[in-house]
Amino acid sequence: MASMHPFFASDSLDTSAMLSVSAVSLYLKELLETNDTLQNIWVHGEVSNCRTYPSGHCYFTLKEGDAQLLCVFFQRARLRSSAPELSDGMAVAINGRISFYERDGKLQCYVEVVKPLGTGALFQRFEQLKARLAAEGLFAAERKRPLPAQPTVIGIVTSLQAAALRDMLRVLRTRYPLGQVILSPALVQGAEAPASIAAALDLLNEHGEAEVVIVGRGGGSIEELWAFNDEVVARAIARSRIPVISGIGHETDYTIADFVADQRASTPTAAATAAVPNIDDWRTDVQTVQRAMQDMMKQRLHSLHEQLGRSERELERASPLKLVEHRRRRLDDMAERLQTQMGHMLSLQGERLHGLAMRLHSLSPLLTIARGYSIVRREDDQTIVTHVQQVQPGDRLTIQVQDGSIPVEVRSEISSENR
Amino acid sequence: MESQSFEEAFAQLEATVAALQDGQIPLERALRYYQEGMELARYCNELLQKAELSVQQLRVDGNGALSLDPLDL
Repeated sequence: MASMHPFFASDSLDTSAMLSVSAVSLYLKELLETNDTLQNIWVHGEVSNCRTYPSGHCYFTLKEGDAQLLCVFFQRARLRSSAPELSDGMAVAINGRISFYERDGKLQCYVEVVKPLGTGALFQRFEQLKARLAAEGLFAAERKRPLPAQPTVIGIVTSLQAAALRDMLRVLRTRYPLGQVILSPALVQGAEAPASIAAALDLLNEHGEAEVVIVGRGGGSIEELWAFNDEVVARAIARSRIPVISGIGHETDYTIADFVADQRASTPTAAATAAVPNIDDWRTDVQTVQRAMQDMMKQRLHSLHEQLGRSERELERASPLKLVEHRRRRLDDMAERLQTQMGHMLSLQGERLHGLAMRLHSLSPLLTIARGYSIVRREDDQTIVTHVQQVQPGDRLTIQVQDGSIPVEVRSEISSENR
Repeated sequence: MESQSFEEAFAQLEATVAALQDGQIPLERALRYYQEGMELARYCNELLQKAELSVQQLRVDGNGALSLDPLDL
């Protein structure tokens, strides 16, 4: 029979030659705690699996690459060191001592001081969450819903105390007084802010009347805006059935909420502006339509007027007056031609008359008178005396000579050559 | 018309203008549309003039019931 290995032959094993678990633990503990290096050590890494209990003690794992170190941050040390709120993904440097925790059989670091590694730590956490949510598709363009063009009810998630709320209401009053605002108040800063924002947004969804929601907060430090980089807020925005506009901080601030929101506005004021149409545009629209209507009516009346004018002209063209006018013109023409013709004829006749006058002149008795003949007329009846019987003594006669007439009186009895 | 929202009134105004655009309708009807349109435009302008933003706060009571309270801000 082969002899059994002493370890398996428990009956025959002498435990007094061995160490108890607690002894080993104690041994390890002593080993670590007597090492000066390990008793005051600075370690840097990324916080993960961070849990804070009601006792105020905080437990986390410090990771770097594939290695990790368990850490305990007791409330006493936390209060003393005024350490930042720890959360997963933060890059930190810790100072403490390394020891062995017998109960759990774990080697761990008892942290005294935690220093964030600049804003880089926050940024890193931001980048990690952003990458994770992006990979999940929460920022995808096809998830973005269009904003309603003319929302009647506008939801706002922000703090009641915030100046941002007044800014947003001022914009809404100016741009869109037809609207109705439902405010769902939330804490926008501090540890409870993420849950508060998410709850306020959920509440608006439950109520269901808002057609668009503005999640807003005024400017502040990156820590003050940090609630909007919380996954809880990102998830609430993602599950909102109502389209969400984010307006957080200033132009340069980008939060995770901005990426998940259906539309990102640079500030709360800009978010309010993006949420509603400008009533001035509507005023312009009404005016435009009004003017179009007036133009149309004017056009219509104008064209009717033109039609009427055309008809009038056509009627005129077809009128008998036209014919009368035409004939009158022809008559005038003819009269003119007649006159011209007449003139011609007259001047022709004139010439002929002149010729005749010339001939007549050459035959005139006056020429005979000039040669010494004269004409004797009775003064009373101007008859030419050609016979003696025409006169008695005492009759008055005129003798016409070349240059005038000589009055004469018959003196005595008349001698007749024929007697 | 007096209880119409701006959107309703404006939509009706646009419809009226579209009807007016048809040059074939008798003049008398066109004039009636025109008068109606001008009346609607006046109403729309008046709504825009008189509008006042309402602000309410959403609350949830112990039983989880939601209510809206006027908020003076």
